Amino acid sequence: MANALRDVAIVGVAESDLGRVPDKSKFQLSAEASRLALDDAGLSVKDVDGLFTTIITEGGQFSSMMMAEYMGITPRFTDSTSIGGSSFVVYVEHAAMAIAAGLCDVALICHGSTNISDRGGKGGPVSQSTEVFGPTQFEEPYGVSTVGSYALAAQRHMHEYGTTSEQLAEIAVATRKWASLNPKARMRDPITIDDVMNSRVIASPLHLLDCCLVTDAGGAVVLTSLERARDLKKAPVRVLGAGEAHTHRMISQMPDLTQTAAAISGKLAFERSGLTHADIDVAEIYDSFTITVLLTLESLGFCAKGEGGAFVANQRTAPGGDFPMNTQGGALSYTHPGMFGIFTIIEAVRQVRGECDNRQVPGARIALCNGTGGTLSSTGTIILGRD
Amino acid sequence: MALPPLPRPYQDTAAYWQAAREHRFIIQKCSDCGEYQFYPRGVCSHCLSSALDWQEASGKGEVYSFSINYRAPHPGFAEQTPFVLALVTLAEGPRMMTNIVDCDPEAVKIGMAVTVTFDDVTEEVTLPKFRPA
Repeated sequence: MANALRDVAIVGVAESDLGRVPDKSKFQLSAEASRLALDDAGLSVKDVDGLFTTIITEGGQFSSMMMAEYMGITPRFTDSTSIGGSSFVVYVEHAAMAIAAGLCDVALICHGSTNISDRGGKGGPVSQSTEVFGPTQFEEPYGVSTVGSYALAAQRHMHEYGTTSEQLAEIAVATRKWASLNPKARMRDPITIDDVMNSRVIASPLHLLDCCLVTDAGGAVVLTSLERARDLKKAPVRVLGAGEAHTHRMISQMPDLTQTAAAISGKLAFERSGLTHADIDVAEIYDSFTITVLLTLESLGFCAKGEGGAFVANQRTAPGGDFPMNTQGGALSYTHPGMFGIFTIIEAVRQVRGECDNRQVPGARIALCNGTGGTLSSTGTIILGRD
Repeated sequence: MALPPLPRPYQDTAAYWQAAREHRFIIQKCSDCGEYQFYPRGVCSHCLSSALDWQEASGKGEVYSFSINYRAPHPGFAEQTPFVLALVTLAEGPRMMTNIVDCDPEAVKIGMAVTVTFDDVTEEVTLPKFRPA
């Protein structure tokens, strides 16, 4: 197909305050990130006529209407697609489509969450429900959790392919090395494979250091037509390809625990971009857990199914390795407010613009982002490139 | 003692939970396309037919994957932690989430043969769980 997405560019990106931000609401974090992203683009909130957002925690009903009202925006294109942390990556595809079709001119994708402050500053479970309505009544009474669900996938991958905990730990260690280069990252002290292996088991085979952080955070991304983008403040970053898919909602219904929907969304993104794996200079892969990364790399086709463990061995994804990945420190070490997708885009854009200082991947021109949402349920893949 | 979250039966699922209270394990089979499905729905997830029959299942299956959970996801699990969260592939084909009980968590293996057992959590709610066959 002709790729109209290529005529659209990301022109502004920003994070809000990150980490523990108990004095700001999730709405404020989302709006402040939006202001900063619009500043980054040289645009104003008055320019925005397309809004893309979702909030999945308390106060988030009718998310796009609520955030439009909060920021004084009257969108003529609105989208609250809610498929978990991948939603924000999928919004890039939706926004590019809407702009290419002339349905809106300036699209704002935003996200804010007070995931750690909502829990009183402590990580861990928040569920207090006593009665379950709907299909999740076939999981919750058995003690399902996010980490428990991802652990089921990790256990199965180990069984089928001999993947080891040490191989998963390689991902956590490499990601921490990137975080040590990012002043905004929450966890910056180096860790070793042994540190990961010796951290307590939360849900076998996953250890504490196989799991993402829990933080407060907001982020925003602004898109417009390539034509308009060329007159703005920063060099445009084009949307070269995109794809989305979901295979299930609940982990018990996942067709194959060792393959995610990235096998579909990634294939579409590559086909639509006309690019190959060898063209990707930097990869931003949603890392809710180490196993998420390993399954995604395989599903995207960076290696064969079952070979993810070998692929990430010897710190291949670390600074200086030949597959730079999660270069801001990822959800494992930088920030994770419950949904991480928007932060993969922000970092990819900065890498392609060459704005990353100590952690800049030399000569990075083309980046791939993959968001994963739900319990390995949904994915969005985008490929971005310098104009 | 806190209880785990418990199912509130609804149109699709009332027959399943009622059978469980009677210590019977039933699943749906489509009379149009012949496929079994789990969890219970108002239509067949293979062909969208509404012609579904409830069938007594064998109660046999094998462990597809499992995880020993050391952290309670809800206060209702505090007293049973660590517990084994598992996916079991039923002899009839569909897969379901459950707990593996009546054995040492460390003894659970993928591929292990298991059989249904009934946990009467309250007077109203019984959860089908699985134990080594």
